[in-house]
Amino acid sequence: MAVEKTMKITDATGVHARPATVLVNKAGSFASDVTLEYNGKSVNLKSIMGVMSLGIPKDSEIKITADGSDEQEAIDAIVDVIKKEELGE
Amino acid sequence: MSNINGIAASSGIAIAKAYILASPDLSFEKKKIDNPESEVERLHQALDISKQELEKIKENARKTLGDEHAEIFSAHLLVLSDPEMINPIQDKIKTDAVNAETALEETANMFIDMFKAMDNEYMRERAADIQDVTKRVMAHLLGVTFPDPALIDEEVVVIAEDLTPSDTAQLNKQFVKGFTTNIGGRTSHSAIMARSLEIPAVVGTKTVTKDVKKDDLIIVDGIDGQVILNPSEDEIASYKKKQEDFEKQKQVWAKLKDEPTVSADDVHVELVANIGTPEDVIGVLNNGGEGVGLYRTEFLYMGKSELPTEEEQFDAYKSVLEQMGNKPVVVRTLDIGGDKELSYLKLPEEMNPFLGFRAIRLCLERDDIFRTQLRALLRASTYGNLKIMFPMIATLDEFRQAKALLLEEKDNLKNEGINVSDDIEVGIMVEIPSTAVIARQFAKEVDFFSIGTNDLIQYTMAADRMNERVSYLYQPYHPAILNLVHNVIEAAHAEGKWAGMCGEMAGDSIAIPILLGLGLDEFSMSATSILPARTQIRDLSKQDLASYKDQLLSMSTADEVEKFVREKTNQ
Repeated sequence: MAVEKTMKITDATGVHARPATVLVNKAGSFASDVTLEYNGKSVNLKSIMGVMSLGIPKDSEIKITADGSDEQEAIDAIVDVIKKEELGE
Repeated sequence: MSNINGIAASSGIAIAKAYILASPDLSFEKKKIDNPESEVERLHQALDISKQELEKIKENARKTLGDEHAEIFSAHLLVLSDPEMINPIQDKIKTDAVNAETALEETANMFIDMFKAMDNEYMRERAADIQDVTKRVMAHLLGVTFPDPALIDEEVVVIAEDLTPSDTAQLNKQFVKGFTTNIGGRTSHSAIMARSLEIPAVVGTKTVTKDVKKDDLIIVDGIDGQVILNPSEDEIASYKKKQEDFEKQKQVWAKLKDEPTVSADDVHVELVANIGTPEDVIGVLNNGGEGVGLYRTEFLYMGKSELPTEEEQFDAYKSVLEQMGNKPVVVRTLDIGGDKELSYLKLPEEMNPFLGFRAIRLCLERDDIFRTQLRALLRASTYGNLKIMFPMIATLDEFRQAKALLLEEKDNLKNEGINVSDDIEVGIMVEIPSTAVIARQFAKEVDFFSIGTNDLIQYTMAADRMNERVSYLYQPYHPAILNLVHNVIEAAHAEGKWAGMCGEMAGDSIAIPILLGLGLDEFSMSATSILPARTQIRDLSKQDLASYKDQLLSMSTADEVEKFVREKTNQ
């Protein structure tokens, strides 16, 4: 059973390098598989290239999914980062 | 042994090994391999060294350029640990039986092409990041080093095509004894930075990166603009002597550190410094600066991914003002656009950037950016002796609009209950000939003038100072320039205002006697030029020099002026 969360990107530049770095580092600290979905494409949120390759612009809707032993903590921490970085809501 | 001529950009002598700050040759042969395991091992070794280097570079960037800049390297580090990047390289080595270089290049190119094809400009630019990281790993696969200012850990002379602001910010004075570049002139960024770091530099050598090999012994003579490759024993000895003499000279100058700047006939003028960051203030005080005549605020906006906040700016301005105590600090508002680009503003490219949408022109249209800066300045004004200067003013109307915005923000702050000084002088930089010509009309409304000669000369002579083919037209002593300068000074004095100068010309030993004679009140220059200038001025009689004024202003050529001044001042 996986947990997921849908959010909206509010940063003017979209998901740019700095917050992407923070997100990938955060995702990497959990054992669960974490994926990021945008525009029908899903990538590994532990991969900077994957995240950047989505080229997520402002006002996009994204879905984060975590699957594994610490899935709830992972989702909570990542949502927290997105809010704290003022990346989305 | 051979000598290369260049432009003396920062005084002093450096003798050390060459450190070439340029990408090494990264070409390689596409090879089939038969032991994929050892090839993968080789890849991981290159990745590991690259990661160690990037950690160092990141740490250094954090110290010298700030957290935000350092984060770029965090992203680079993540790329080198990214399974989506590393796995395909390993797979290629194994399934295609190719060498690691080939696998790395093909995989990286796939990502680079993917980023380049995106319809988001920001993402397209990220292709360059992948390229950067790939080059570093490739260099280690090939057994060469990929240089970086942060990796220098022994005494060297840095050799480069040119140095960018982020390069110079990362140079560690403990190890970098001097530098020399192919391009640039006395007013280019690298030259200005060398003087503020107080390390010897010779720029504009055209060929030094080609002439020098790694670890060659190099002498950089920043006094006479010479670079000596693999010097003989005799040459080393004679330059060591020159180095000692220079140090002694500096000690003589240092005695005047706390003395006022007065001419032989007891007239006081102000010698102040040009700075770019709060860290430069220490150099100003060490060199006996009587104030800051030009604080270039652009550095707050450069090397970033977004505009600096009001808080960030406030902290920087406050720091400079506090460090300077009650000494005057002239802050120039944002002078960006044209050649100094900010990628995040996404300004369209222009045919003639120097004549285009820049400085006050940009600030008046993007008043959101301008107001943020003005608020930060006004809030900082209670921490010292602040003067505000608007750049690139071409019409009185521009000055009036800029000043109106300033007063509006002042009222806003007061209504918010925030203290603002009521004694802020507001002046303009005179760098456009039209403004110099009708300085008299401006003088009624501004509190001061500061003549920006680097631009004033290029606009008056219609010669791009970065274009070497027309650089002969960059003539500070040209009578046309002297007449404009004279006009500005007279206009200021007629209205009881002061006139300063903040271009390179203000620290030039031929120009100083002329400017003193014309009545200039304030000379703003690189911090290291202050003590030599003070020494010179103490031997000059302002009255005598003023008596040559009419003669100088009616001369026909720059050569005639220079010859005359040299004769009169024994230079």
